[in-house]
Amino acid sequence: MSDKAIDLEAVRRPESPSGERARAVLLARGPGVLRTLAWMARATFREAVRRKILLIALIAGAGFLGLFWAGLHSIMSNMAHTQNQVNRREAAGMVTMMALYAGSMMTSLMAALTSCDTLAGEIASGTIHAIATKPVCRWSLVLGKWVGFVWLLTLYVLFLEGGTIVIEWLESRNLPLHTAGALALIWLQAVLLLGVTMACSTRFSALTSGACTLGLYGLAFIGGWIEQFGALRHVQACVNLGIVASLIMPSDALWRRAAFKIQPPLLGAAGVSPFSSTTVPSAATVVYAIAYAVLALLVAQILFERRDL
Amino acid sequence: MAAWTIDAVGLRKDFAGRTAVRDLTLQVARGEAFGFLGPNGAGKSTSVKMLLGLVRPTSGSALLLGEPVGSRDVRARVGFLPEHFRFYDWLSASELLFFHGRLCGLAERVLRQRVPRLLERVGLGAQHSKPIRNFSKGMMQRVGLAQAMVNEPEILFLDEPTSGLDPAGRKLVRDIIREQRDRGATVFLNSHLLGEVEMSCDRVALIRDGEVIGLYEMGAWQGEHAEVEIQASNLSPASLALMSTIDGLAVVTHSECRLRLRVPNEDCLPEVVRRLVDSGANLFSVVPQRVSLEELFLKTMGPDPGL
Repeated sequence: MSDKAIDLEAVRRPESPSGERARAVLLARGPGVLRTLAWMARATFREAVRRKILLIALIAGAGFLGLFWAGLHSIMSNMAHTQNQVNRREAAGMVTMMALYAGSMMTSLMAALTSCDTLAGEIASGTIHAIATKPVCRWSLVLGKWVGFVWLLTLYVLFLEGGTIVIEWLESRNLPLHTAGALALIWLQAVLLLGVTMACSTRFSALTSGACTLGLYGLAFIGGWIEQFGALRHVQACVNLGIVASLIMPSDALWRRAAFKIQPPLLGAAGVSPFSSTTVPSAATVVYAIAYAVLALLVAQILFERRDL
Repeated sequence: MAAWTIDAVGLRKDFAGRTAVRDLTLQVARGEAFGFLGPNGAGKSTSVKMLLGLVRPTSGSALLLGEPVGSRDVRARVGFLPEHFRFYDWLSASELLFFHGRLCGLAERVLRQRVPRLLERVGLGAQHSKPIRNFSKGMMQRVGLAQAMVNEPEILFLDEPTSGLDPAGRKLVRDIIREQRDRGATVFLNSHLLGEVEMSCDRVALIRDGEVIGLYEMGAWQGEHAEVEIQASNLSPASLALMSTIDGLAVVTHSECRLRLRVPNEDCLPEVVRRLVDSGANLFSVVPQRVSLEELFLKTMGPDPGL
């Protein structure tokens, strides 16, 4: 797709017979699923770059990391002469948890807001008409777009959340034990919301799709709080409500498991806070969330395959 | 090889509480330029979308190139310029054609030869690297036309291809339709610009309320309505009486210097002229009155019911 590939002299040259034969062979079967997927993923990522979505997100992320670094550095400097190494690491861990929590929210919002327009917008504007009439499977178009967004979100999670952990290490020489696992869970949270948004956008407008996803995210958020509060005060009804909310949308459960993996002991003992976890969702919750994300993607593909355009 | 490139029988599409297309039955031959006309809301776009597999019919069936509509094999051999010609505007013109060409399964080296030629053909050779978001409406339509032809389709569906174009652009579309037809492709043209259809198409279907209500060879309706306007002096009652002796001829209106006749066909005009001259009339002009496609359309559709 590069402009450099254009050979204006070719305008005056006839196509070679071998090219015609290759064309005939290729046309008989279309580009195939993998090529379609690759081209759609590339187009989706390229759109994010060309529309400066990635640039703006990275600039905002850099601002976020800069502020976090400045704040953490000030705290560490302030504690340097008055506190021992353990206390300093605990403090660094607590501030890092806050930053990771804010980062996971930003990543979740990024997942919902960047993808809510991709199918709904193209359906509403008619952009999809020229694409869906090509010899490609509709479901592979959805899958390609999904892969493009996953690529984007992976970069964003690595930059924002990975950057936060690197800054903590630089300031306190403390690296949480299960960093990779926690980052994977935060990444899964974003991918989960991406799938839900794309499934919604096959049927609803872009705004409705975004609102739907953020509504579910909010439900999971408040459900997580209710569950933690219920666990702390031994109110089983609240715990049950939280579990039901996690089943409806397991995004907050993923964050709480990620938080459990990397939170410093002091924060874990501090009780209910959005940055930590007093009740730890089980590994089965993670499996459920993976199944949920896969199902959301399948639903998006099936709905798009079956709908009139 | 299939007898018809487009063969639709009884296609119907119901949306919630509304029938968009009631009964679409039509056949289009290979190498034919076919006009598809109707007022707003007649079901034209839904019909085209059903033929392209974008919309599933409620009932009925259709074959394109002898295969069910919507199959991948068929889509590989079809090109489509959508009505709203919206494309990824963050791509350049050449990138867009490469993208669509790749989705058609075309190899890179084929596209390297074809894309510049197509852009040149639609008058965008110098604009190949310009982002589409900076294109005017007419330029968007031109690049859309090029994207529809990137796979050298056997059937080219054009939905309002000239709506955003200046006169030069409209001529370009007419030329392209002729070129496509000459190379054996079928062109299915959906347009409100009846003059364009009249100049470009071999046949035309008129659709109203989701049904085909008229199917005409281009200009064939003239035989049913042929009239001729004659300017002359010395038109006498004897002249008019002579006219009524010609089989199938009728006087529509007449005055001292003007005579309007309905004639069975234009072959009888020399006889008409000879008899008028014999009766002593001085003829200044004999002008066959042609019914334009627009006149036929308005007459067939009846009064505008409003929207």
